[in-house]
Amino acid sequence: MSSYHLDHLQFLETEAIHVLREVAAEFERPVLLFSGGKDSICILRLAEKAFRPSDLPMPFLNIETGHEFPELIRFRDARAKELGARLIVRTVEEAIAKGLAHPAPGEISRNKLQTPALLGAIEEFQFDCCIGGARRDEEKARAKERFFSYRDSFGQWDPKNQRPEIWNLYNARVNPGENMRVFPLSNWTEMDVWEYINQEKLAVPTIYFSHRRDCFRRGGQWIPVPPPHTDASKLDPYAGARPKPHEPVKQLVVRVRTIADMISTGMIESPADSVEDIIAEVSAARVTERGTRADDKAGEAAMEDRKKAGYF
Amino acid sequence: MPHTQHPIELLRFNTCGSVDDGKSTLIGRLLYDSKSLMEDQVAALEKSADITGGGHINLANLTDGLRAEREQGITIDVAYRYFATPKRKFIVADTPGHVQYTRNMVTGASTANLSVVLVDARQGVIEQTRRHTYIAALLGIPHLVIAVNKMDLVDWKQERFLEIRDEIEDFLPKLDVFRDVKFIPVSALHGDNVVDDSPKTPWYEGPPLLRHLETMHIASDWNLTSFRFPVQWVNRPNSPTDPLLHDFRGLSGMIASGIVRQGQQVVVLPLGIKTTVKNIWTYHGLLTEAFCPQSVTLCLEHDIDISRGDMIVGLENLPGRETELQARVCWMHQRPLQAGKKYFLKHTTQTVQCVVTQILNKINFDTLDPEPAPLTLAINDIGGIKLKTAKPLLFDGYSTNRLTGSFILIEPGTNATVAAGMLSAPTEAVKPEYTDFAI
Repeated sequence: MSSYHLDHLQFLETEAIHVLREVAAEFERPVLLFSGGKDSICILRLAEKAFRPSDLPMPFLNIETGHEFPELIRFRDARAKELGARLIVRTVEEAIAKGLAHPAPGEISRNKLQTPALLGAIEEFQFDCCIGGARRDEEKARAKERFFSYRDSFGQWDPKNQRPEIWNLYNARVNPGENMRVFPLSNWTEMDVWEYINQEKLAVPTIYFSHRRDCFRRGGQWIPVPPPHTDASKLDPYAGARPKPHEPVKQLVVRVRTIADMISTGMIESPADSVEDIIAEVSAARVTERGTRADDKAGEAAMEDRKKAGYF
Repeated sequence: MPHTQHPIELLRFNTCGSVDDGKSTLIGRLLYDSKSLMEDQVAALEKSADITGGGHINLANLTDGLRAEREQGITIDVAYRYFATPKRKFIVADTPGHVQYTRNMVTGASTANLSVVLVDARQGVIEQTRRHTYIAALLGIPHLVIAVNKMDLVDWKQERFLEIRDEIEDFLPKLDVFRDVKFIPVSALHGDNVVDDSPKTPWYEGPPLLRHLETMHIASDWNLTSFRFPVQWVNRPNSPTDPLLHDFRGLSGMIASGIVRQGQQVVVLPLGIKTTVKNIWTYHGLLTEAFCPQSVTLCLEHDIDISRGDMIVGLENLPGRETELQARVCWMHQRPLQAGKKYFLKHTTQTVQCVVTQILNKINFDTLDPEPAPLTLAINDIGGIKLKTAKPLLFDGYSTNRLTGSFILIEPGTNATVAAGMLSAPTEAVKPEYTDFAI
């Protein structure tokens, strides 16, 4: 390979940096969605590369379902502090209290309720652009997503009426009240993400590595046993998500491959306890990472439907 | 997906052909036979088999992601797919064949190194074949593959394959841009000559499609002559506490062509001021040189007032600087283009107002010749136009520089992207008056 040629990670990196700088230059109030997950960890490094030595020109936002892995929250807070960024946290709980989100009777997962909570935060801070870590290789509806994905004033995605995206000329124009979702990692695969984490020596939350955890079998997945309910004065936030008598609890050596929250994330049995091990495991894997996400199994078009409604 | 030894090259290609030529099936076959498919994807395919596949696994369902597409058995939009072999990583843009979605093919092709045009062996060359080949040429894609598909349905006859090849070779000289063109007889449905050599084509001596994609030379696809650096974002930390950062003034952007070196003389346009590159700043430290398409931050010797949309270039081969421009456009919107209409024009990192002063011609896809003086350009039409911009563009002809020779048109109000444009070469290069620091 000639010395004037980029390898695949260098190419994906320069493309993502270009996208992030377009956001900084074209929008007035952008925000970066940072969950502490592996994809958004890569975006933070790319943002450092795009904007240093200046401060990152946008705050971070995370929408909590209330069922987060505590390791993830600790990691998120520490990383934001380390980078000197302002971290905004909004919760599904607040969105329900404000009447923005309405849980369906009997539904335990708060995954869908993140959408109204996100739209509420966009409205509250008048964000005109949200940077997200979604990748096109994750899921079929995502494969049709643009780098700059236009949302109308209701936050809706219209897949049949997307702006064509040609060369690296991104049309970032939105009218007041509308906004853009921007996905710098659009062209990255799960493997690229881990190779980049390895190359850049990025820290990741410990739940990505093999550990012992109590799990139970539900819907073909190993679901983690939620933390005990201690405050009897409040409703159990994990009611319905606890193992039932016919669902025996087993202590297993597991890790997460993709993280939603504790209710929606299936653990995989794995001895991988380093980034190198994970890369070897991903390369040998025979199921996609979304195969461990209960929220995507709700139907073949589950992601398409949530995206149309304004999901990440 | 097999783990690849870093570093490895990335090849971007798109597939095109008319409806039912088997584009999605071909991509499905590449993913399936190169073992890039996962068990849950195969399970989802089996689940959807009875909807569209008549009980058989339908490889097209892999890429047809949206519900309407699966129900109607069509591809609505550009779908991107990713796979890797031990030799290369691939990004595939699956672009639909219907006439009304030509704009998506332009989208998918604009970032590709290679186009695969599918031809149904039974139907031979049709208007769509000429249209897709023309678009690949128009967009300056250096490498072309003509995959003659459904060879099983013409009994693997070599004469049929040669007939189609001859017909395409007849009009290729009109296009005259491809660095290489490869014809491959395949059956996407059965996998012949897709990943492995087919026993059905003893008369075909070339490689199967995947091996061609893995080995074809792409290292020289980027433009490394004539340094162009459109300023994307001005990097000013303005730190009151850190004296080192207080005076830092960097110009961030992606190198659109060429190579830049520390200590090199450059010209800042449109000011026309000559100065020197003090250093090339990156997160990991200073570089002595950088090249297209790296994203870097340049610090210059002199404190010049530079903003987004300005361009830093080398002293040789200066770009054009004009307000009256000629271009070819692919029209992408339901509302047709009429002369006299105003649009926003986004070119490199600047957006300016413009008016389309004249529609010169429109391509006839049966003959591939331009027909003069049409009244409008409708969606999916390609034609030549004249433009006048409110501010001069710093540009090159598209055929010499894909990044400084391209633009999009945006409709005011709706903000719809209505056209992809490719600029003709400038009539004369900019002549800066060196009123500067450095001479």
